[in-house]
Amino acid sequence: MSKRVCLQSILSVQKACLWGVLSGLGFQSARHQLHLLPRRQISRCSQLFNASQHNSSTTPKVLVHFVNQDGVKSSVTVSEGETLLDVVINKNLDISGFGACEGTLACSTCHLVFEEDVFDRLEPMVDEEVDMLDLAYGVTKTSRLGCQVTVEGWMDGMTVYVPQDVKDQREISKGSK
Amino acid sequence: MVLFCKIDDVNSSLVSVSVMPILVSHFNPRPKMRLLVQKSLFSIAKCTRTPTSNTVGKFNRHRGLCTSPDPHTKVCIVGGGPAGFYTAQHIVKGRPDVQVDVYERLPVPFGLVRFGVAPDHPEVKNVINTFTQTAQHERCRFLGNVTVGKDVSVEELRRAYHAVVLSYGAEGNRSMGVPGEHLSGVYSAKDFVGWYNGLPYNKELRPDLSHDTAVILGQGNVALDVARILLAPLDMLKTTDITQVALDALAGSQVRRVLIVGRRGPMQVACTIKELREMVNLPGTQPDLLTEDFHGVQEALKELARPRKRLTELMLKALQEQGARQGDRKWGFRFLRGPLEVLPTPDGTRAAAIRLALNRLEGSGEGARAVPTGEVEEVPCGIVISSIGYKSLPIDPAVPFDPRKAIVPNNMGRVQDNTGLYCSGWVKTGPTGVIATTMNNSFDTGRVVLQDLDSGAVDLTEAKPGLQGIAPLLEKRGTAARAGAYRDFS
Ligand SMILES: Cc1cc2nc3c(=O)[nH]c(=O)nc-3n(C[C@H](O)[C@H](O)[C@H](O)COP(=O)(O)OP(=O)(O)OC[C@H]3O[C@@H](n4cnc5c(N)ncnc54)[C@H](O)[C@@H]3O)c2cc1C
Ligand SMILES: NC(=O)c1ccc[n+]([C@@H]2O[C@H](COP(=O)([O-])OP(=O)(O)OC[C@H]3O[C@@H](n4cnc5c(N)ncnc54)[C@H](OP(=O)(O)O)[C@@H]3O)[C@@H](O)[C@H]2O)c1
Ligand code: FES
Repeated sequence: MSKRVCLQSILSVQKACLWGVLSGLGFQSARHQLHLLPRRQISRCSQLFNASQHNSSTTPKVLVHFVNQDGVKSSVTVSEGETLLDVVINKNLDISGFGACEGTLACSTCHLVFEEDVFDRLEPMVDEEVDMLDLAYGVTKTSRLGCQVTVEGWMDGMTVYVPQDVKDQREISKGSK
Repeated sequence: MVLFCKIDDVNSSLVSVSVMPILVSHFNPRPKMRLLVQKSLFSIAKCTRTPTSNTVGKFNRHRGLCTSPDPHTKVCIVGGGPAGFYTAQHIVKGRPDVQVDVYERLPVPFGLVRFGVAPDHPEVKNVINTFTQTAQHERCRFLGNVTVGKDVSVEELRRAYHAVVLSYGAEGNRSMGVPGEHLSGVYSAKDFVGWYNGLPYNKELRPDLSHDTAVILGQGNVALDVARILLAPLDMLKTTDITQVALDALAGSQVRRVLIVGRRGPMQVACTIKELREMVNLPGTQPDLLTEDFHGVQEALKELARPRKRLTELMLKALQEQGARQGDRKWGFRFLRGPLEVLPTPDGTRAAAIRLALNRLEGSGEGARAVPTGEVEEVPCGIVISSIGYKSLPIDPAVPFDPRKAIVPNNMGRVQDNTGLYCSGWVKTGPTGVIATTMNNSFDTGRVVLQDLDSGAVDLTEAKPGLQGIAPLLEKRGTAARAGAYRDFS
């Protein structure tokens, strides 16, 4: 588990180098590096603004249902070995703001709530995941970070939920005329 | 609607968010990076085809693929930080007929993600990729170098747009309000952070790091960022995007001890566990915590909620293990102490020590209050960094502002008594919360904007000029020259 975390962090450093070019700019300024963005960002492009789904080229095996903030359910068949963050990105699921740090354990926006029986079978969390989860919105006893959960065969048919902020929703409707 | 560009275009033009002109004119990378950078510039230039010397033109050109006029519904956002971009994302996604313009005071976007987030946290900055996608949407424009409240008023924006969202963050900082605060050697964390991140306003800070001990007031994550940067091994900092100026200054730094002082106790620290863990694990450093500060803490653990419990356990662990750690640099928390006065050197020119009031706690848990006991203590230190919070400022007399809470008074993002005026991010909530918190509150504001547009609460029957109405004003005031040629918009 901890190996996975490390690897993801290393990958992220590369991606984040884009920031080097954008940063400090112009001013007395910094060290700058540019790396082209890896593929994930490419699919994010349409992800932000469309709700459509595309098929990935790998063999789909496991059926996973996602229920988004608005209670809308999407069902996708995915390959073992992908993280749930990969799934959301690759399948273009309509979940606003999901995965802001791109799987580097630095944001907690990939927070998902699991069914209890599924949650109990997941691999244990590393400290770093709990650290971030502690900052997430609406944490429950069966919460995990989607970027740290890898799809396995036994998960076939599971449903995962994006937490909803019920209180906010209610106040918003009350406040509108 | 124009479909998103081909993959190649998207990939390379991601960096074109209004930055290239600045890159070209002032860019001064360290030599070993220069080649890389030149290559990058080349690829940027290639993909944007016609390099321009202005910010606005770039986005127009991007839009230039579609010759249709702006959509009917015009929304503008003041501030191009996370709140601005997340609000824009939600609104653009929610209605196909809306044009969103983001006005930003700086020439470049992303607010505190660029100028706040620590250089050794590049993962956090990945969120820039999401913002860039929004900025590149064909119904979204980023307009840098426009200070709202100065170059253009909020009233003018409200006349030109159906809805205006204030997302201008917290540009000020809380001050300690103690004598000696203005001595040399005393800095606000906001300025210090701006300095190491290359914020133009803080370029000249030149902090004097020729002292053994630095005292940081406040125990939030910003305090820990500052402590870490002061103590991190140089080799570690070299691999980050910290400015060369800061790196040079830190290379000559004499700081060997950083004390992070809080007015309340160990169970009230404001920092979060990830940042504390980084501090505890910082190579070459040793924690310097005081056993007496943790009396009764072990016993209280079981009452605490998980996040607070884990954070406190980590502090206890650091306390127990500090003797076993090697390091020539030390950091430590000091609790139950509030600033009273910064004491000057005998010649009165700069900070020599800080006088602290000793406190006790009234009540318990997160809401416990610090009450002075009457005792005082003096801690010699050549550097004092006040990190007791940022603060939003009013930007325009026409916009309501709550001076006590230092926010724009609002109901779920709707600005009080001002139909069509909204706020999101730190200016809505006050200066706390990580990017994920800002994201959620910005989506909430985006949602109410969409609700009001849909319900007719905001009148959409009237045609509004949007940027076409604002560009001539900026032109007249000379801002256009700074921001780039608005002529492109005709
Ligand atoms: C030092 C520091 C480090 C942080 N590190 C992290 C971290 O590691 N992880 C994390 O999750 N969160 C971090 N945060 C918190 C995070 O930065 C905030 O939650 C977030 O930036 C708030 O977003 P905002 O858009 O409200 O404000 P800002 O990011 O401040 O954006 C406001 C924007 O408005 C612009 N503006 C101001 N006045 C005007 C005007 N008159 N006209 C036009 N534009 C204007 C500003 O230039 C700025 O670009 C950090 C905060 C600080 C202070
Ligand atoms: N890596 C990250 O995720 C990261 C990094 C940086 C910042 N951030 C976020 O950005 C936000 C702002 O951070 P911040 O550190 O500026 O603020 P903060 O977390 O609110 O901490 C402010 C600190 O200053 C103290 N303080 C406030 N007023 C004081 C006064 N008058 N006298 C003495 N002490 C006083 C507070 O003590 P009390 O508790 O007693 O009020 C607290 O210790 C936070 O939400 C933070 O989590 C996140
Ligand atoms: S994507 Fe940021 S923590 Fe999982």
